[in-house]
Amino acid sequence: MTSPITTSPTLFPAVSRLLHWLMAAMILAMLFIGIGMVTSPDWYHWLLSVHRPLGAAILVLAALRLLNRQLNPPPPLPRDMPFPLRVMAHLSHIVLYGLMLGVPLAGWGALSAGGYPIVLYGSIHLPPILPHSAALYTALHLAHEILALLLFATFLAHLGAALAHALVFRDGVFGSMASLKAAAPPDPASGVGGD
Amino acid sequence: MPAQTTDSSARYGLAALRRASWLNLGIVAAAVAGTAGAFAYAGGWIAPHRLSQGRIIDRFEQVNGQHPGFRRNHAKGLCFAGWFDGNGAGERLSKAAVFRAERTPVFGRFALAGGQPYQADMAATVRSMAVNFALTDGEIWRTGMNNIPVFPVRDAAGFYDQLAASKPDPATGKPDPARMAEFLAAHPETGRALTLIKAQPPTTGFADASYNSLNAFRFVAASGASTPVRWSMVADDPLQAAQPANSGSADPNRLFDALESRVERGPVRWHLLVTVGQPGDPTNDATVPWPADRERLDVGVLTVKSVQGEAQGDCRDVNFDPLILPDGIAPSDDPLLSARSAAYSESFTRRSGEPKSPSAVQLSSSQLSSNAEGAPR
Repeated sequence: MTSPITTSPTLFPAVSRLLHWLMAAMILAMLFIGIGMVTSPDWYHWLLSVHRPLGAAILVLAALRLLNRQLNPPPPLPRDMPFPLRVMAHLSHIVLYGLMLGVPLAGWGALSAGGYPIVLYGSIHLPPILPHSAALYTALHLAHEILALLLFATFLAHLGAALAHALVFRDGVFGSMASLKAAAPPDPASGVGGD
Repeated sequence: MPAQTTDSSARYGLAALRRASWLNLGIVAAAVAGTAGAFAYAGGWIAPHRLSQGRIIDRFEQVNGQHPGFRRNHAKGLCFAGWFDGNGAGERLSKAAVFRAERTPVFGRFALAGGQPYQADMAATVRSMAVNFALTDGEIWRTGMNNIPVFPVRDAAGFYDQLAASKPDPATGKPDPARMAEFLAAHPETGRALTLIKAQPPTTGFADASYNSLNAFRFVAASGASTPVRWSMVADDPLQAAQPANSGSADPNRLFDALESRVERGPVRWHLLVTVGQPGDPTNDATVPWPADRERLDVGVLTVKSVQGEAQGDCRDVNFDPLILPDGIAPSDDPLLSARSAAYSESFTRRSGEPKSPSAVQLSSSQLSSNAEGAPR
């Protein structure tokens, strides 16, 4: 977890990479399930029954990931990365974390306020986190939709930036997350990863 | 620092773009645009004529007009409260707690089909009972049932087309016969279903009517065995004699008012009868009845103790989605179920955000003041 100051890890910790790619697949699937749900009456029920447990899993994993980030900090961004790009990188990650937590919480809150049972699987269900209220339901349902669209927009920016690091900037940032190597070899010379 | 600036502009500035091949730039652009395009397709923005729940509810609004705050269908209604006493017989087929020999609190809603919240009560209008069972293990079961033996359409597209065909012509106030004939020609299953519906004349009121699930479901037992079922709430009240044709015309709420006075005289009861399907009985077509000799299992008694106006009761801000099911009851392969679920959700979301107008059905003040459960909240 600690490394000599003179060397920086060029890779994200393995557990961080695992969490990242697992959640990337889950969140991308979730965004498509969510948008497909509201436009496909024939698939609505099946998609909704995947949507709830998947959302609950994303909420738990996002909280774990925030904790993991404190325990296993990401490698610093390349030293020569220009200031505006650094700011964008940091801000977009704050937004991503906020939405990974906020979208499922708004969904849970909307179901609670709408008087819906929050069924995960079979008889397993979550308790309501808000009182039954049509006005609260309306506000949270709208928030859930807007935040989810914002999450998709942020995801697109993240995808574009990641591929730009890999194919245009070629600065090692993409490889710091996309590597299958178990541990990070010290490499003080090269630019190191961002998050 | 100067060296770093040079390095930085080489890696991140315009130089980086110039150095990158068109192929690499194209991959970045295609990945982002492709993902955005797939999302737009899934969201219906590329194929706006696909039948979504939004378009189904839009059609209700086109046919019935705008009635903010009300359900888009079954708009005129009344809340009720009571309980369900399971007798244990249902445990043979389903592990749901509601079928144990124990009491489950319920609330629900009686309503008239159609999207007109102020329509005058007529015996010929389809009547519905919706029930919310709050199971002892914390699960919820909701079911919406109608007083007709089969449903007139078998899928969402048929429903959507039937709505358009039954829209009253502004000139005559009645559906255009040519459009209806065209619809029936395209949907022979609807003609067969309407014959069955007409063969069973409606009862005179809410209390003496029986209500049918119409769609098939599956009961899942503790052993894992899955059985196709339909269910009915069968009235305990004897059939009331029909009113003379003109006697009720003065009171536009005569069916609801009759229910209110019936509940004031004492609890109203229904037996929940589960029709057990056999292999080969259609589960994916609500227009087709099952053979009359199928076993009908009596699994308990619903008692309606009190009724409340929509603003006072528990039923208004609740979505009686037919796929809110406890463990032990599962959807069948009937395509109407998911479509109903989707359309109910859209109606619920729209009306939740709209200002409320008083319901057409208002209870007499004596009932309100004498009934603690009906007290305004």
